[in-house]
Amino acid sequence: MSGADVIDALAGLAPGSAMAAIRERKPVTRAQAQASYAALFEPAEVGSVSLQERFAVAVFVAGLHGEADIAGFYRAGLVRSGASDVLVAAVYDAVARGRTTGPYGAFPPGPLSVEDGTGPVFLAAAEGLGERLAAALGHVHMLVFHPRDADAASLQALLNAGWSNGGIVTVSQLVAFLAFQIRTAAGLRVLAETAA
Amino acid sequence: MTERVVEHPENQVPVAFTLAMLDWLPWLEPPAEAALTERQRASLVDAGRGKSAYFRLLARDPDILEARTRTDKDIFYNTSSGLPRAERELAAAATSRHNGCIYCASVHARHAITFSKRAADVQRLLDEGVGAALGERWDAIVAASVALTATPVAFAAAHVVRLRAAGLDDAEIADVIHAAAFFNWANRLMLSLGEPAAAGG
Repeated sequence: MSGADVIDALAGLAPGSAMAAIRERKPVTRAQAQASYAALFEPAEVGSVSLQERFAVAVFVAGLHGEADIAGFYRAGLVRSGASDVLVAAVYDAVARGRTTGPYGAFPPGPLSVEDGTGPVFLAAAEGLGERLAAALGHVHMLVFHPRDADAASLQALLNAGWSNGGIVTVSQLVAFLAFQIRTAAGLRVLAETAA
Repeated sequence: MTERVVEHPENQVPVAFTLAMLDWLPWLEPPAEAALTERQRASLVDAGRGKSAYFRLLARDPDILEARTRTDKDIFYNTSSGLPRAERELAAAATSRHNGCIYCASVHARHAITFSKRAADVQRLLDEGVGAALGERWDAIVAASVALTATPVAFAAAHVVRLRAAGLDDAEIADVIHAAAFFNWANRLMLSLGEPAAAGG
C-alpha cells in the first residue's frame, strides 16, 4: 500500500495544517478511505478489471466532475499501467464530450414524476477505447450524473460487452468510491481555504 | 457464456419517498450465503449481513466492501467528537433525497428521526424535497449536502460561512462533508445494482 494519504494530496492539505489535525481526530475514517483507494487501485488481485481499465474509469470520472488536478493524478496511474497515448487521448475526448451537470434522471412513474430532470445519455465511441471500455464509460457517465436512471438493462449491456458479474461490482464500486473521494477532497479543500 | 441479469417483473417499486422499511432486490445474482468464502464472509464485517442480498453481491469484491463498510461505520457511528448523529443522518437523508435513492432515504430518514425526534421535519424533507424549510441550522446542513451532491461539486465558501454562522465548528463541518460524500457512494451502489421493493413482498 502506498504511504501518502491520497485525500490529503488531492485536497492539498499540508501535514500539520489545521485541516490535517481535524482529519487526525477520525483516524479510522482516514485510514479506511485510504484502504478503499488501495483496494481499488493497488488490488491484491486485479481479478477481471485490469489496472488500465480502473485508471481509465477514474480519469473519466474525475474529468466529468471538472476536477482537472484529480483527473491528472489518475492520468499518471493510467500512464503507469501502460496505456497508449491513443487510449489516454480517447478518455480525455470522452470527458470533453460527456461534461454536463447532475444529478438528473427519472423517478418511477408516479407522484415524483414532476421532479424528473432530463439530461444527456452518453454513448462512448469504441475508437481508441475498445468496445469493452466504451460500454463501461457509457454506464459510468450515468452513474456519475443520473444514477436514478439505472436499470437492469444497463447492467445487461455491460454483460453483453464482456463484463462479468464481479467485474460490474468492481466498476460500480470504482465510480461510487470516486464520487465520495472527490467530494471529500473538494469539500475539505474549500473548508481549509475559507478563513474564519 | 454471457451472464444474465435478474429481473423482477412482478415487483412494484415504491413510487414515493417513505419512512417505511423497504426490501432491495438485486439485478445481479449474489453468492448464496452458504457459498461465501472465508474472505467474503469477513468482508461483511457484521456476520448478520450475510442475510442481505446487497452485501452478498458486494462481497464479490471483498476488499473494497470491507473498506467501504469500515469507512461508513466510522463516519456515522464514531461520536467521540464532531457532529451529532442526528445531523450526520440528516446529511445522508438529504443527499439520498437529492440523488433520488428512495431506499437509502427511507433508512436514513428513520435514523434522523430516531436521533433528533423531529419526525415532522424529516417527513417534510421526504415529501417536499431538499427545499423544505426546516430551521436555519438544518437548512444550512441540507444546502451543503445538496451542493456536495451536485456534479461538478457546487460546495463553496458561502456554504462554509453559513454553516459556521449556524453554530458548526470546522470539525463538525468536516463531518457534514464526509456524511454527504459517503452517501454519494452508497446511493450509486443502491440505485444501480438493484431496485427497492415493499418489505415482505
